[in-house]
Amino acid sequence: MTYSAFRLFREGLRGQRGWTQAWRSPDPAAEYDIVIVGGGGHGLATAYYLAKRHGPLRVAVVEKGWLGGGNTGRNTTVIRSNYFFPESTALYDLSVQLYEGLSRELNYNIMFSQRGMLVTCHSEAEMEMGARTVNAIRLNGTDADLLGTAQVRALAPILNFSPDARYPIHGAIWQGRAGTARHDAVAWGYARAADSLGVDIIQNCEVTGFVVEGGTCKGVETTRGTIRAGRVGMAVAGHSSALGTRAGIALPIQSYALQAFVTEPVKPIIDQVAFSPAYGAYFSQSDRGGLVIGGGLDRVPSYGQRGNTPLHDEVLGGLVDFAPILARTKLLRHWAGIVDVTPDSSPILGASGLPGLFLNCGWGTGGFKAIPAGGYLFAHILAEGAHHDISRPFDLDRFVTGRLIDEGAAAGIAH
Amino acid sequence: MQRFTCPFCGLRDEREFSFAGESGKTRPDTAAEVSDADWSAYLFTGTNPRGRTDEIWVHTPCQEYFRMIRDTVTMEVLETVPLRRDPS
Ligand SMILES: Cc1cc2nc3c(=O)[nH]c(=O)nc-3n(C[C@H](O)[C@H](O)[C@H](O)COP(=O)(O)OP(=O)(O)OC[C@H]3O[C@@H](n4cnc5c(N)ncnc54)[C@H](O)[C@@H]3O)c2cc1C
Ligand SMILES: [Zn+2]
Repeated sequence: MTYSAFRLFREGLRGQRGWTQAWRSPDPAAEYDIVIVGGGGHGLATAYYLAKRHGPLRVAVVEKGWLGGGNTGRNTTVIRSNYFFPESTALYDLSVQLYEGLSRELNYNIMFSQRGMLVTCHSEAEMEMGARTVNAIRLNGTDADLLGTAQVRALAPILNFSPDARYPIHGAIWQGRAGTARHDAVAWGYARAADSLGVDIIQNCEVTGFVVEGGTCKGVETTRGTIRAGRVGMAVAGHSSALGTRAGIALPIQSYALQAFVTEPVKPIIDQVAFSPAYGAYFSQSDRGGLVIGGGLDRVPSYGQRGNTPLHDEVLGGLVDFAPILARTKLLRHWAGIVDVTPDSSPILGASGLPGLFLNCGWGTGGFKAIPAGGYLFAHILAEGAHHDISRPFDLDRFVTGRLIDEGAAAGIAH
Repeated sequence: MQRFTCPFCGLRDEREFSFAGESGKTRPDTAAEVSDADWSAYLFTGTNPRGRTDEIWVHTPCQEYFRMIRDTVTMEVLETVPLRRDPS
């Protein structure tokens, strides 16, 4: 079924009774060409691009819970490509470009809002580093500007411009093409489009092990039986190490909880995404009016899908200094997701070490923005058994060769 | 707020502690030839287990490194053990 304004209008008149299921719930077949483990954004996007660009192929996505129930449905939805290294810009800007056409491509409104993002600088030294970052981003071929205090104030007057602030605002790095999208819609849009191209999406089916024959991965063991596959792709975010162990591979990943918060809805008070590395907090406003708030990682490695109080205090304390008008706003909800953090804060794409099994993981705190590119590149890897030029630098082998892409240090990643 | 037990100082606020790595890794003998793969495994890879885990932590105020055995799902601390045999 094609979604359109006309259909919306007609269903409105007919009591909304004509809508059909957005995707099927098939039983797993005995065998596929490609099985993808994990029905988050990356797994679903991979399935879509496999069917769309590399078909005909028999493809399945196997998800232990429900679609987008992992980090994809828990994230604060910031999309941007303002990283430092050329390899990162190539990756994340491909993603922003794909996002720009995605609602139309998927015939699903993912509500991508390119409202722009401010990364505030709080001293003259930070302004100099900001200039360096802006220059690097521009040299890498994407957009960024350095704004002075007056420009930041004109855009986001609710921020704390007092010279007596704990961290007075001296300016900001601005990326105008950055923004937010609706997280569930990204997962659901890809799921619906993949399903309509024949992909089997199998929910409530946990992968418990791998079929390994002659040293090659030939499928997965699941709670709904064995599923054989020509190639297996793993996109399970914070659970990559746990599942990797079952394939006999050790990964350079540490799992941490990352928290987010949303307030009661208020009138529109901030048009952009505002992020202060110094205060350790960022926020944007959803269409419903809630302020969506995030910050850094918890400091204790964790698989418990809830956050701890020290970080809660740090983020909310920082936020209230960053935008004092928010001090009395009430929180509606607070949650955490388990993110897969690599030593260089860059993702891992490519071969796993076990032939036949491939990895899409290590997105850590920032993989929502990368869902279209991660899916696009991982589909290429699974179909061809080889890297795309853009994914090559993100291979697992960089931890052996030493060619790290250290965005943790370079771009001061917070998400 | 959680409290962890430093084997030297007793129960203290979790913010005083930092995670240093997984227990049981031995630094390759760098006086000898070390392969890139071995060095990479030492520096970067780990088991990152879901559930019971055995880790090295440091308590910032006293600067002592020690072993902490805890559960990564329930966050319960099961045991903290000094690395030195004689913690004096
Ligand atoms: C609080 C928070 C805020 C964030 N904010 C941002 C942000 O603003 N911008 C940004 O770009 N990124 C952000 N991120 C990061 C982003 O959410 C993730 O990097 C991204 O969603 C990862 O997508 P994924 O598809 O790889 O993983 P997930 O969406 O986590 O999907 C993995 C799926 O695998 C399934 N799975 C796991 N084990 C198995 C198994 N054994 N068998 C079958 N299925 C399994 C899980 O159930 C899950 O559905 C944030 C994350 C969090 C937690
Ligand atoms: Zn101590």
